[in-house]
Amino acid sequence: MPAVAETRKTVETLGQNTYKWGFETDIEMDIAPKGLNEDTIRLISSRKKEPEWLLEWRLKAYRSWLEMREPTWAKVHYPPIDYQDVHYYAAPRKKPGPKSLEEVDPELLRTYEKLGIPLHEQAMLAGVELPEGEEARPPVAVDAVFDSVSVATTFRKTLQEAGVIFCPISEAVQEHPELVRKYLGSVVPVTDNFYAALNAAVFTDGSFVFVPKGVRCPMELSTYFRINARNTGQFERTLIIVEDGASVSYLEGCTAPMRDENQLHAAVVELVAMEDASIKYSTVQNWYPGDENGRGGIYNFVTKRGACRGARSKISWTQVETGSAITWKYPSCILQGEGSVGEFYSVAVTNNHQQADTGTKMIHIGRNTRSTIIAKTISAGQSDSTYRGLVRMMPKASGSRNFTQCDSLLIGDRCGAHTVPYIENRNMSARVEHEATTSKISEDQLFYCRQRGLSEEDAVGLIVNGFCKDVLKELPMEFAVEAQKLLQISLEGSVG
Amino acid sequence: MNAIAPVGISPSAFLDRGDVKGNAARLKAADYLRTVGLPRAGVEAWKYTSLRALADVPFAVAPRDVDVGVVDTLLAEVETISGLGAGANRAVFVNGRFDAGRSRLPVGVKVSAFDPAAGTRDGIDPAGDVTTALNTVLADDGLALVVPEGVDAGCLLLVSIGLAGDDAPVSFHPQHRIVVEKGGRLAMLDAAVGRGYYLHNPLYDITVEEGGYLSHARIQAEGRKALHLAVSHARVATHGVYDSFTLTLGASLSRHEVHAGLNAAGASVHVNGAQLLSDHQHGDLTSVITHAAPDCISRQTVKNVLADHARGVFQGKIHVERIAQKTDGYQMNQALLLSDTAEIDAKPELEIYADDVKCSHGATVGALDDDQLFYLRSRGIPNEAARSILIRAFLHDVVDQIDDARLKDSLNLAVEAWWKREVA
Repeated sequence: MPAVAETRKTVETLGQNTYKWGFETDIEMDIAPKGLNEDTIRLISSRKKEPEWLLEWRLKAYRSWLEMREPTWAKVHYPPIDYQDVHYYAAPRKKPGPKSLEEVDPELLRTYEKLGIPLHEQAMLAGVELPEGEEARPPVAVDAVFDSVSVATTFRKTLQEAGVIFCPISEAVQEHPELVRKYLGSVVPVTDNFYAALNAAVFTDGSFVFVPKGVRCPMELSTYFRINARNTGQFERTLIIVEDGASVSYLEGCTAPMRDENQLHAAVVELVAMEDASIKYSTVQNWYPGDENGRGGIYNFVTKRGACRGARSKISWTQVETGSAITWKYPSCILQGEGSVGEFYSVAVTNNHQQADTGTKMIHIGRNTRSTIIAKTISAGQSDSTYRGLVRMMPKASGSRNFTQCDSLLIGDRCGAHTVPYIENRNMSARVEHEATTSKISEDQLFYCRQRGLSEEDAVGLIVNGFCKDVLKELPMEFAVEAQKLLQISLEGSVG
Repeated sequence: MNAIAPVGISPSAFLDRGDVKGNAARLKAADYLRTVGLPRAGVEAWKYTSLRALADVPFAVAPRDVDVGVVDTLLAEVETISGLGAGANRAVFVNGRFDAGRSRLPVGVKVSAFDPAAGTRDGIDPAGDVTTALNTVLADDGLALVVPEGVDAGCLLLVSIGLAGDDAPVSFHPQHRIVVEKGGRLAMLDAAVGRGYYLHNPLYDITVEEGGYLSHARIQAEGRKALHLAVSHARVATHGVYDSFTLTLGASLSRHEVHAGLNAAGASVHVNGAQLLSDHQHGDLTSVITHAAPDCISRQTVKNVLADHARGVFQGKIHVERIAQKTDGYQMNQALLLSDTAEIDAKPELEIYADDVKCSHGATVGALDDDQLFYLRSRGIPNEAARSILIRAFLHDVVDQIDDARLKDSLNLAVEAWWKREVA
């Protein structure tokens, strides 16, 4: 079959309503040429039929990106990235996905199996096309991002009835331009940092969620991100707006197939919570971490930030970070509204040659704002893991509170665990408390488990899960189970 | 990549003065200052303290001829705040130069004249940080003291007196080298006072050999127009103890950087301190404690009490190298804000590469505890007195950690004197 026809067939099976762009183009044009310049941005923008203001916004971001320097303060080391050697647009597939699980890389399937992912979902993750009409298991609405274009969105109807908008952001630009224009970049401005500016210039897709006043989102929303084509950076942009008194729980899970080459990923997530609104954002990140010699793996440079704009609003971040060769990620809360609440629960596991520099920022602006940070860091192999967190009390944040707890666990003597908290207080009635510990798995605990017949690896898994309990219990049910198994898999080969 | 060269503020005023033809260390330090300069905004180690106050200021060599009357007044002031009377052994430096007439050194110690060619010992990188580099280039005097093996040298008062006019800035950069040999002991109270617009940039090159013991308490009570940039480099050998304490009271801008290396098993180091600041004062206590050998202990407690528009900075890093198994490290930093315009910035940092360690740190920042105040008020203690009790208790807790009883008494006196002056 000629390549063009093959692509079309693939696209058709994916469902025409969810894939609108790129039909007229031939296969060569599905991937933009390598490199970044204003033409690339114009190409992305025109391919997505974007309005003029968005193109201008992208170009502004690009121009400020040119002036910016790549941050070097994080404790991660990697060879310089050639930003001109990356494809900034790939839509939607270079070649068709596997038709059934038999065609999927068995290594990948083994990982899924260990994770206990139902067959059905394995197919989804591996990119097997589902027959028309078949949907992922309820009650989780899935907006799957395969490479750069969201191609399958389920449960749209139920959500629509509740008044919730959950769609690819490219679609939101077409259908709800007033919302996108109002909120896009309002939490993470285009000039915020090097990677955020890059994302703003070249983002191709992502999710958009809008929960109107007083609505409790009827189901948990979920996005599976997946990096599929070779050498394409992923630049998702997620925007979640929750109006007065409304609430949503959003799950983000990530998997990536085995890859040899390092892949760049620079996503931006913006959350807006109005008065009495609440957003729970959970992430399980399990991208390819590179092999045991540190070859390959994803570079994950993510900017995630939530604004608690209204009084008594609440944003809660929960993350389980086990993947990626390099993680640079600081989900933050800007606590503007009086009495607003920010939470950050994190488990970061590094093994082999992984490097993670992750943490949070809690910026207390309003009165009586509260934040809690619980970060658990586990290092094994020859990896380095850093918790880096900022708590800032602004002069008007009277009566605000923060509590931070960071615990690190070292497995083996060739890894490193680091804690770098920044505490800045400019209000005398604001209180900040921080505590951190670093230790190894206690011999006593290990002995106790071994003596009762657990293998060393199982014992370590058990102890590590206990160590992370405070964070894992914050995860939604189905994620918590998956995350526990993920921890065990990530630490495979680190003991004995 | 769009990289921009990291060029800071040029310290040319200093370079024009320095004898950079000296030894290799001086050349290296001068080269560092010339190429890197003073830290620009965005340099992580100087995140919360700006040296802009040094840029483009023509600091001149501090004069030798000073008003003898004022020197004696200030010396008497030191005696009062430290409680160490005229009978105590002391080494007096006026504008960075040794004043033999006013000094009396303890018996049994070896003191030699400062040798600019000697340079600092190996292990101190003259280009490691700007404070060290500045001192290395410009040092022209200092105390070179050796406590010989097994000698208990008692207590020594090291005094620095800075005298300058209010608008003709001067600077002095003494380099003190203290070696406590095997089993030797020394308690050193180090007080800095002064008047006028000057920069005091001392470097302490400290070696504690096997089983040696050095207690080093500093009272930084410089004049309110002064700038104070101090750096200590300490290395401690097997079962040696370096117990240090910095009390920051004076100067408009000050920073004390402590680099302590635990280089052999069983060594221990305490890097404690308190900063009591008011007005628009800026005080920075930065430390890097490196565990480079197994079975070492480090302890750190730092407290800030900040009033008015004062800004306190604490940056403390505990670095545990791969070899340093069984490390026991503890760090606590607390701050009390007494006004809504005061600011505290703290960055307690753990960098750990060994797995069998016990390291922890804690930090709390806030105002006086309402419950504690209420407790005292409910027992009939007036508000001001209750506050006073709580603040002094807060400070007492850290001063109490000084091992040497004489130094502890001195520091307590200094805190009380500060309290009376600032609050009464």
